[in-house]
Amino acid sequence: MAKVLVFVEQRDGKLKKSSFELLGASAAAGNETHAVLIGDSVAGLANECAQYGANKVHMVQDAALKNFTGEAYARAMIAAVKAISPEIVLASHTPIGKDFFPIVAAMTDGALATDCTSLAFNGAKLALKRPVYSGKATAEVEFVGTGVQMATVRPNAIGLPKPDASKTADASAIAADFSGLKTKVLEVVKGNSGRPDVTEAGIVVSGGRSLKSADGFKILEEMADVLGGAVGASRAAVDAGYRPHGDQVGQTGKVVSPALYIACGISGAIQHLAGMRTSKVIVAINTDPQAPIFQVADYIVVGDLFQIVPALTAEFKKLKE
Amino acid sequence: MNLYVCIKQVPDTETKIKLNGDSSGIDAAGIKWIMSPYDEFAVEEALRVKEKNAGSTVTVVTAGPDRVVDTLRTALAMGADNAIHIELPESADSTMAAKAIAATLKKEAQIDLIYFGKEAIDDGASQVPQRVAAHLGLPSVTVVVGIEYSGTTLKCKREIEGGSYEMVEVTAPAVIATSKGLNEPRYATLPNIMKAKKKEVKAVKLADIGVSAADQKIKTKNLQLPPPKQAGKKIEGDAAAQAKALVAALHNDAKVV
Repeated sequence: MAKVLVFVEQRDGKLKKSSFELLGASAAAGNETHAVLIGDSVAGLANECAQYGANKVHMVQDAALKNFTGEAYARAMIAAVKAISPEIVLASHTPIGKDFFPIVAAMTDGALATDCTSLAFNGAKLALKRPVYSGKATAEVEFVGTGVQMATVRPNAIGLPKPDASKTADASAIAADFSGLKTKVLEVVKGNSGRPDVTEAGIVVSGGRSLKSADGFKILEEMADVLGGAVGASRAAVDAGYRPHGDQVGQTGKVVSPALYIACGISGAIQHLAGMRTSKVIVAINTDPQAPIFQVADYIVVGDLFQIVPALTAEFKKLKE
Repeated sequence: MNLYVCIKQVPDTETKIKLNGDSSGIDAAGIKWIMSPYDEFAVEEALRVKEKNAGSTVTVVTAGPDRVVDTLRTALAMGADNAIHIELPESADSTMAAKAIAATLKKEAQIDLIYFGKEAIDDGASQVPQRVAAHLGLPSVTVVVGIEYSGTTLKCKREIEGGSYEMVEVTAPAVIATSKGLNEPRYATLPNIMKAKKKEVKAVKLADIGVSAADQKIKTKNLQLPPPKQAGKKIEGDAAAQAKALVAALHNDAKVV
């Protein structure tokens, strides 16, 4: 058993599911599980933390924390680490977690492993695995020095626990100093898709250059929307200007492991396979029966995606009705 | 302006990874080494800032075994003025690398901006830029895809999830970690490649900056290649039949929809 502190992430007052994965894993291992909420007004989120496994909820609240900056969040987290003295500190490997946890580690002399895809508790020791070479290999992490063990864990790597709706939080506040900050968020500009990010989505529908244009991706967007999934793209499609770089899956884009990855018209360059091969179930649709993508596919669909994708969307719709 | 760019040498993205004898790392034989792709945006950005601000210098810094000097030469050929090689063992982790880079930069007379790629595509840790910033007491902004400069104030476009982004204002000196979309990195010309071969690279030994193996906190071991996948199930028929059969399989067998 260990004393575990989980950074529970929120944006606009909505908690991230990936934080629940961490709370659930820690609680299931019988750890003394502490959650820390950071923001300008987060008290309303404390019960949800308890319902997913937190024994104790800590809150750092300040106007300076309304929008995320690594600088301000690090100060909040460092105050929490000092107040709670955990043996293990966890966050999700999200744009927030991956930005500020290295600052926290540097300032608290912590030992941090990022982007872990497997996490287990061995008494007070963390057992972690993480991809290297963008998923071309996986390595075990060994903590060799002193310092608190810290990890950021890739969303979807663990799975969601079942919440216990009867629980309420034992919550309290932690104070921190936010004077003299050197970074400031002027504006947060929302993407207009309303879809989840490729790294966080349970289902990713991805397309290659054979979609032929930015417009060509509409049929993938429709399928993704029926499934509540995200739209990804190969590097070739991004370089051709069909999709923004934020959608790129692969070694120089994002590495994803959703429950379902549907690759449409993607041949499967080694750099792309590195970014998606840990997906739990892979469907590949391609006209070329020799396409390398089929070597990692669980379901092989040889055919024209412009016919198959709309037919699939219709079938998924029927299923959801 | 005194501009610094920290870069890392990594295996080419085409590399097929093979493990070494005890699976503690990869077999380096036959690997083509390149500058980590995100670092190219960092070098390019520093060069553009230099070109707009007369009297500026760009210093590139890397840490690693002797072979990484080649990557410094690539940056010099792109147009960097000075190069520093920190002699860091291959096995060093992010903690040790960041301490070495920060200790080296602390000895520099004046720093206005430090650029990094947002992550290196070998260990993919995305830790070193923020750690170096923290050690130097500087702010950092990561995953930057656009920058507007106005005096010592930088307005950075930081990419976040779901196609959204944050506009972050930061005051120099600061650490900026760059991503794809910020600029189009230039290619080095042949004359510049020849000139870069003759430029001096300053060597820094860990003993000179008070960093040692005792600073290492994490080791990786027991590397594994992805298990070979069983051959997938072929879905036959015309488009309509394939769609029906696939959705049934995903729902009933795989249970993912």
